[in-house]
Amino acid sequence: MSSIAQKKGFGATIWDFMTTVDHKKIAILYLISGGFFFLVGGLEAMLIRVQLATAGNDFLSAGTYNEIITMHGTTMIFLAAMPILLAFMNAIMPLQIGARDVAFPFLNSLGFWLFFFGGIFLNLSWFMGGAPDAGWTNYASLALASEGHGIDFYSLGLTISGFGTLIAGINFLVTIINMRAPGMTYMRMPLFTWTTFVASALILLAFPPLTVGLFFMVFDRMFGASFFAVEMGGNTIIWEHLFWIFGHPEVYILILPAFGIFSEIFAIFSRKRLFGYTALVFATILIGFYGFMVWAHHMFTVGLGPTANAVFALATMIIAVPTGIKIFNWLLTIWGGNISFTTPMIYAVAFIPSFVAGGVTGVMQAIAPLDYQLHDSYFIVAHFHYVIVGGVVLAILAGTHLYWPKMFGTMLSEKLGKWTFWFFFIGFHLTFFIQHFLGLMGMPRRVYTFGADQGWDLFNAISSAGAVLMAIGVIILLVNVVMTSIKNERVGNDPWGDGRTLEWAIASPPPFYNFAQTPLVRGLDTFWIEKMDGNKKGMIYAEPLGDIHMPNGSIIPFVISLGMFIASFGALYFLDGDKPWALAVLIIGLVITFGSMLVRSLKDDLGFHITKAELLEDAKGGNTDGH
Amino acid sequence: MMKGIKKWRLFALMTTLLVFLAGCGREEISTLIPAGKVAQDQFNLLILSSVVMLFVIIVVSIIFVLAIVKFRRSKMGEDMIPEQVEGSARLEFLWTAVPIVLLLILAVPTVYSTFDLADVSTMDVQTEDGNSSHLTVNVTGKLYWWEFEYPEQGIVTAQELVVPTDERVYFNLISADIKHSFWIPSIGGKLDVNPENVNTFYLEFDQESSELEDGVFYGKCAELCGPSHALMDFKVKSVDREEFDQWVTAMQEEPTPAEDAVAQEGQELFEQSCIACHATSGVGGTGGVGPNLATFGDRNRIAGYLEHDEENLKNWIADPQEYKPGNLMPDPESLNDGEPFTEQQLDSLAAYLMGLTVEE
Repeated sequence: MSSIAQKKGFGATIWDFMTTVDHKKIAILYLISGGFFFLVGGLEAMLIRVQLATAGNDFLSAGTYNEIITMHGTTMIFLAAMPILLAFMNAIMPLQIGARDVAFPFLNSLGFWLFFFGGIFLNLSWFMGGAPDAGWTNYASLALASEGHGIDFYSLGLTISGFGTLIAGINFLVTIINMRAPGMTYMRMPLFTWTTFVASALILLAFPPLTVGLFFMVFDRMFGASFFAVEMGGNTIIWEHLFWIFGHPEVYILILPAFGIFSEIFAIFSRKRLFGYTALVFATILIGFYGFMVWAHHMFTVGLGPTANAVFALATMIIAVPTGIKIFNWLLTIWGGNISFTTPMIYAVAFIPSFVAGGVTGVMQAIAPLDYQLHDSYFIVAHFHYVIVGGVVLAILAGTHLYWPKMFGTMLSEKLGKWTFWFFFIGFHLTFFIQHFLGLMGMPRRVYTFGADQGWDLFNAISSAGAVLMAIGVIILLVNVVMTSIKNERVGNDPWGDGRTLEWAIASPPPFYNFAQTPLVRGLDTFWIEKMDGNKKGMIYAEPLGDIHMPNGSIIPFVISLGMFIASFGALYFLDGDKPWALAVLIIGLVITFGSMLVRSLKDDLGFHITKAELLEDAKGGNTDGH
Repeated sequence: MMKGIKKWRLFALMTTLLVFLAGCGREEISTLIPAGKVAQDQFNLLILSSVVMLFVIIVVSIIFVLAIVKFRRSKMGEDMIPEQVEGSARLEFLWTAVPIVLLLILAVPTVYSTFDLADVSTMDVQTEDGNSSHLTVNVTGKLYWWEFEYPEQGIVTAQELVVPTDERVYFNLISADIKHSFWIPSIGGKLDVNPENVNTFYLEFDQESSELEDGVFYGKCAELCGPSHALMDFKVKSVDREEFDQWVTAMQEEPTPAEDAVAQEGQELFEQSCIACHATSGVGGTGGVGPNLATFGDRNRIAGYLEHDEENLKNWIADPQEYKPGNLMPDPESLNDGEPFTEQQLDSLAAYLMGLTVEE
């Protein structure tokens, strides 16, 4: 591999991305596929709001509507929000800690391709006999009764993509524990790295219960097991517990990295170090810890009894304390700062009232007796969209603008960015604020239609109008991305001018080997310290320039995942009984997967070295693309 | 940004106005117009928590607005470097302690109410003559309708719950198929209807439903249970104790046969095609394949949600899947020798069914 820049054909670029083990390129893969699924999920959301715009609408049939809400929820959580956050983690976290790459570059690629094929598999259900229709929570009695293969697509698709996410989580944990640059103690890590760390721990502990639940589901539906079959002595509440033991931490897996992104933004654009950094770190850890103790608040109406309900109600309320600590520390970070209202910053500023609104309704629902009224009504729909859109999606949009120059070397248009913001933000509140009242007025969630005589018409029409504004905002963002890519005005290391952490001390985009010399970290906001000290070289380095050992790219992760994708079709159709080819497909798929694992195990792949001479050449030429 | 704040204000103002204009929803179904003790308790908790949360929102908003107005770069100067404050232990303590106090204010009524609303200990208490002192209703959720059995009285009905006012009514909930959830928003919060266990709770009905514009409270299924989940409605008639006892007595009598010719024709047809699943006598227990139709003529809706008239009834019988997709009522063809019901047959069935009544 040479470090001299060369023009590559389209096919070669595709091949490069299929085989890459570079965390920055994998980040781009996550961003593109997560973005694609975000558009798919958004389209499903629009269909839902069209259907509910007027009373008694027949735009969608009852069955189709249930498929769409199921796929909207599943896609947005598993295939859009998480992968896009994984994109930022991949792109930024190794740079923030001054690492060469993640700990296991090969696994990083495997994690992505598993997620990708799982997501594609799930979405192919639309074209292969119908999508899952039991809600994203997939409650067992309904799921077992569901006809067709929709639920099987759900179980197998999420199992595959769940493996991918689990692998990514383990990889980030090992990276953060082992690969921090000299001087980067835990209490000097940027907050986005901290939240990545805690979210990865949550992934590690929360995904196995989901996998177990999905296995039970697969066994019940495909092999006649009876974990959830009531008439055989099974129990459907087990599914609810397994799902929510995963499902509640999952919410924090999403929101903690979002908190991380906002923490970076508040510090950068207030030109001030984070107020109460230690408190923010411990609040993050506490939220992650409590996240495992509150799952039954999703089940207050199940009939667990007053003792369980009271205990989980109190446990849930406690989470408001560390979350409140975070909000106030952010407010005090901008207090006394020098605030520049760039696009990322207006998202961060708008996040505070939006998320507080979602947080207080969360506390209201923690009051178990009150939740008997709010549960499964439109109030809860409003609540979780306030935290997920008002928290996670605003963070994703903010992060896209903030890190776009670091990932692609060019700045998204600030003007279009602000247009996106206003459309999206106003649309968001218009859509969801009013849904609190729909819930209080008695409207249950997941209804494909509603009668005109129940007093819900006006608010539903307003909600649908808001959804249109959000869609316009997203379209403007797409235009922004296209126009920015065409213009392609290159930027330097620190395009926002006020970068504080290590990722802003390296070229945009960074060379494929990251820092040529590992930097020495002298404190929190280490790049800011060097800037204030007038260090012209950017950073102080902990080692002399020398050869760098790099891993080779590999197509094997792609092939392993492809094999599982193929095998899943075999498993799915095998149980129809009338499709003899299904067994063959299952076997072929497994042979591909295990065969490629064998190749990986037996073939030595020692990587390659970049010599000191090449690094010097690179530095002189200002070439940072690496190829 | 200034322009943005103005827009935001205007938007907030408009939303508030709209909320007030549309009021609190309809009294038949809104949790904001409680008509029973349970809903009232829950409404009180809603108000208490809203006030506490409003306090939090106001505090955050004041700091927030001051911060983004006071410390804008246009005021602070392009090159100004703010002091790099590390934090403040005193402030951290303050915003840890104050929320804990606020949560304690919420926690006490939460725990009290959780136990209070789950207290069914008086359910089996008997009066001196050996009867239950309280009414118990066994509710069974089925795709996509509700069965209400009154075990003490030996009667059963469907789709329209009849209850006495101003006393506790206990409910035993179970599902015959998929998980459902039993919810009468203006009377009290929901409780899930699980397939594997009986859930028990109580409600109180403090208002007679005849005072309502539509004459009934609206009940809902609140847990996704299949395509027609949205249509799995039921209605609640709350009447005073005297009227309730009359209703029970009327239910316990054998139905009178149809009188006019068209209805008699309908009865004959019904007894050939429908009686296998639908009982027309209110006497009996749970376990009906289809809803018990003893009170059909008294009901407020066809199929739980359509206006109660012969036109809708005929449409519903002629094509049940069109009106409640996924429901388990057989196609008319399978009941009528492979032929759809003729207009005349539908007329006679409708005449018969509309005549099934236990009210005067």
